[in-house]
Amino acid sequence: MTATSLLMRLKEGLIGPNTTWILSILLLLAILGSKADAQNTPLISGGVGFLTTTNGGVTALQPVIAPVAAVPLGEHLLVESRAYISDFIAPKNGNSGPYEGDFFAGLQYLQLDYLATPKVTLTVGDFLTPFATYNERLTPIWISNFQDAPLIFPIGIQNGSSVGVMLRGNAYSDHHVRLNYAGYFSVSSDVPQFTGERASGGRFSMYLPDKRLEIGVSYSRLLQGQQGNSEGFDVWWQPYRVPLAIRSEYAHGPHSQGYWVEAAYRLSQWNGPDSWLGRLEPVFRMQQTFRDSPGQDQLPAVNTQRADFGLDYHLPHEVRVNTSYSRQFASTGNTNIWETTVTYRFLFPAWKGRSK
Amino acid sequence: MKGSIVKQLALMTSIISTTLVLAAQTSPAPKPAGTAAKPAAKAPSTNQPDVGQRKFDANCGRCHSFPEQLSPSITGTVVRHMRVRANLSAEDEKDILRFLAP
Repeated sequence: MTATSLLMRLKEGLIGPNTTWILSILLLLAILGSKADAQNTPLISGGVGFLTTTNGGVTALQPVIAPVAAVPLGEHLLVESRAYISDFIAPKNGNSGPYEGDFFAGLQYLQLDYLATPKVTLTVGDFLTPFATYNERLTPIWISNFQDAPLIFPIGIQNGSSVGVMLRGNAYSDHHVRLNYAGYFSVSSDVPQFTGERASGGRFSMYLPDKRLEIGVSYSRLLQGQQGNSEGFDVWWQPYRVPLAIRSEYAHGPHSQGYWVEAAYRLSQWNGPDSWLGRLEPVFRMQQTFRDSPGQDQLPAVNTQRADFGLDYHLPHEVRVNTSYSRQFASTGNTNIWETTVTYRFLFPAWKGRSK
Repeated sequence: MKGSIVKQLALMTSIISTTLVLAAQTSPAPKPAGTAAKPAAKAPSTNQPDVGQRKFDANCGRCHSFPEQLSPSITGTVVRHMRVRANLSAEDEKDILRFLAP
C-alpha cells in the first residue's frame, strides 16, 4: 500500500468525498495569494499516477492525483497544502468477487509557515510529522522509488500528520557541516480533515555536504491513550560523482521495531542521463520488522522480512514508470508482490504572474 | 466476469502506459512561452558549479530531479517551499533562487 493511501486510511474522518472542502481551501488560498510579486506567484504542483498491485495473486488498481498548492503571503509567510484523491479498485471480498472502487479525497497537510528569522521557521496547522525521513520527503508519488511505503513507516508519525505547532530550521551551517532540527507539539483533534493526536517529538540531523552524508535521529512521544515512545535513526548517503543513493531508516516503537535500506543506482554514466539506458534506475530495498508485543501499530503482526527489487524508468516530460517485484517472508505465509506505477509530475503557476 | 474486468483494466493500463511511453520518447519537449529551461548556470564555461547549483544539488536534488519546465513567475515560491521542507537558511534560499532565476 502506498504511503499516501496508508496515511489516508490512518486518518479517520478523511475518507469520503471531500472534494468540496479541497476546492474551497484552494479557492481561499488563491484569493490570499493574489497579491504575489514577480517570482512569488502561487503554484500548483504534485503528481498524477496510475498504480497497479498484485499481492498474493490479487490485483488492485488505483488512479491517483496528489496536487500541492503553495501560496506565499508577503515576505515571511507561506501557506502550503497537499491533497490526495484516489479510487482504490479491488475485489469486493478481499480476494474474490467483483471489483469495487473505494474513493477517497482529503488533505494530507495544510500549514502556515512563518519565516521568523533567517534560520528559524515557525509552522502552525496540520503538518507532516517530522519523524525520520520518509514521511516528509518520500511520500509524494512522483518521488518515491517504490510504490509501497516501508513496513516501519507508521512508527512515530501518529496519523502521518500532526495538528499543532512546529519549530524547525538550521541550527548551524558552514561549508562542511549543516545541523538541522525540527520539534513539534500536536494536540488531540477530532475535527474532520484535521484529525490529530496529542504528541510531541522532533528530529535532529547532521549533514556533511562534502561527503553528501546525512545522519538523523528522531523521537516521538504519544501523550494520549496508551502512551509510548518511538525512536528513529536514519542515514542517507549520495556520493557526488556516482549516481548512487543509499537511504536507510531504523525505527523502534512501543510494540515493534524494524529497518529498511534502499539503494538506487541510475545508469546515467552510460551515455548520459537522457539516453535510453541512462534513464534506467535499478533499485533494491531490504526491510525487516520485529514484533516485540501485540499492538495495533499497523506493522505486520509477526516478524517479517521483505526484499524489493525495482526497475524505474525516467521518461522525458516528467513521466516515470516504476516497476517492482517483492518477496515477503513471514510465519503467516510468504507472498509475491508485483507493482507498477506510472506517474506524471506537474508544476505550474496557479495563474499568470505579474511582470517585473 | 471478474476475470474479464481485470483483463480489460490490465489492457487499458497497458495501452495508457504504452501511449505515455511512446509520446514521451518521440515528441519534442514543449517550450511554452513564459517558461524557462534549465538555467544557464547549469552549463558554465568552467567545470566549477556555482554556489546555488551546489546547494540545489546538495539539498533539493537529493530527493528529486530538476523540474524540466519552471516558470520564472514561481521560482520564488518553489524555493520558499524548499526552504521550509529542507531546512534551508535565508542565504541558501537566495543562492538557489539566483541559480534558478539568474
